[in-house]
Amino acid sequence: MSAFFAVLSRDIRLATRAGGGAFLALAFFAAVATLVPLGVGSDLQLLARIAGGVLWVGAILAALLSLDRLFQPDFEDGSLDVLALSPMPLEALSFAKIVAHWITTGLALTILSPILGLLFGLPRQEYMPLVISLAIGTPAVSAIGAIAAGLTLSIRRGGLILPFIVLPLLAPVVIFGASAVTGAVEGLPNGALGLLAAFSFAVTVISSFVTAAALRLNLAG
Amino acid sequence: MDLRSLTAENLTCIRGGRLVFRDVSLRVEAGQVLALEGANGAGKTSLLRMIAGFLAPESGTITLKSDSKDVHDGEERGKRVGWLGHADAAKPQMTPRETLRFFADIYCVPGDIDVALDAVGLTRPRDLPAQYLSAGQKKRLALARLKLCGRPLWLLDEPLAALDADGKALAAQFIRQHCAAGGIAIAATHEQLGIEVIRIQLA
Repeated sequence: MSAFFAVLSRDIRLATRAGGGAFLALAFFAAVATLVPLGVGSDLQLLARIAGGVLWVGAILAALLSLDRLFQPDFEDGSLDVLALSPMPLEALSFAKIVAHWITTGLALTILSPILGLLFGLPRQEYMPLVISLAIGTPAVSAIGAIAAGLTLSIRRGGLILPFIVLPLLAPVVIFGASAVTGAVEGLPNGALGLLAAFSFAVTVISSFVTAAALRLNLAG
Repeated sequence: MDLRSLTAENLTCIRGGRLVFRDVSLRVEAGQVLALEGANGAGKTSLLRMIAGFLAPESGTITLKSDSKDVHDGEERGKRVGWLGHADAAKPQMTPRETLRFFADIYCVPGDIDVALDAVGLTRPRDLPAQYLSAGQKKRLALARLKLCGRPLWLLDEPLAALDADGKALAAQFIRQHCAAGGIAIAATHEQLGIEVIRIQLA
């Protein structure tokens, strides 16, 4: 357990230090969310309607930015070899890294999102669904992202093909996440949050094992 | 250490569809140092990665014998390996102290970090981010980590690279102490370690 927290706290520290990328993701998210209302114009009703989708897509793109930093630096500087030989199973290592990635991107973006909601004139009753859907859904982004990061580990500039693996798999997250927000505007009850939670839970459970398998593959190559 | 011996029989390595080596056999007893020699590309690093369990041999077996049991499985064997790769496992943003503390936590080993750093001559830069360390200093940090982790089977890829005369003597001393305590060390190297070794040549 202490090994788990050692990896977790190291990765959070590395992400928030110079070159770590955690603040970059936040700044990117804020920039996207600021530019869209400028482009769309001042139709508040339209903005409120697209807010959920835009913020969700922005959050996913922002989280993608730091994905290639998940395993690649450890692979290149030899840390991954030393970690793989430690008593800690690769599955636990993957899970710790996924949690650290989520805290520095998903959780941070979730906390920032209500402020950006202001730019879209988000109706009051939508703030809660937005924050809850991001909090529930962003773990899936880190989890699926970790699988792709593990697979593309040994590819130079692997970060460029990461989105092509990750984005299609994240379609359910965007669909359920955004409709959880817009559903609240229309006042219609829908099962989006429940489906989002189920999807997020399932991929988070599976991904540590898949990521560990991908890491083994790359350590052998 | 309850290690007895490491035996490898008729190992064949194929990488990227190309035969790297075939029918390599070796045997090291506890307390011995094995020096792997061979030209660039002869497969020294591949053999080390095979012994560490990263790479499965195309054919052949590797057996690690200890008092309690014989280990054939690569991943299980890896849990007894102390690894010193050609990359030093030092994060540019982390100080030597943080790096050692981290690996001590991961490997669940007690041990005084400052003493370990003093032993490799990194007392002064111990709170300096590793990006400001020289290649030799990073290698010293890796040596400190190797020793601290206390694994019985040391696999060393060019352990003397980038080290100055003092550092080389230090590395040799570490290896000697490790083997005197009943450990095994296998080193891929082009240089003389300055200790008694068994040599094996990869063609």
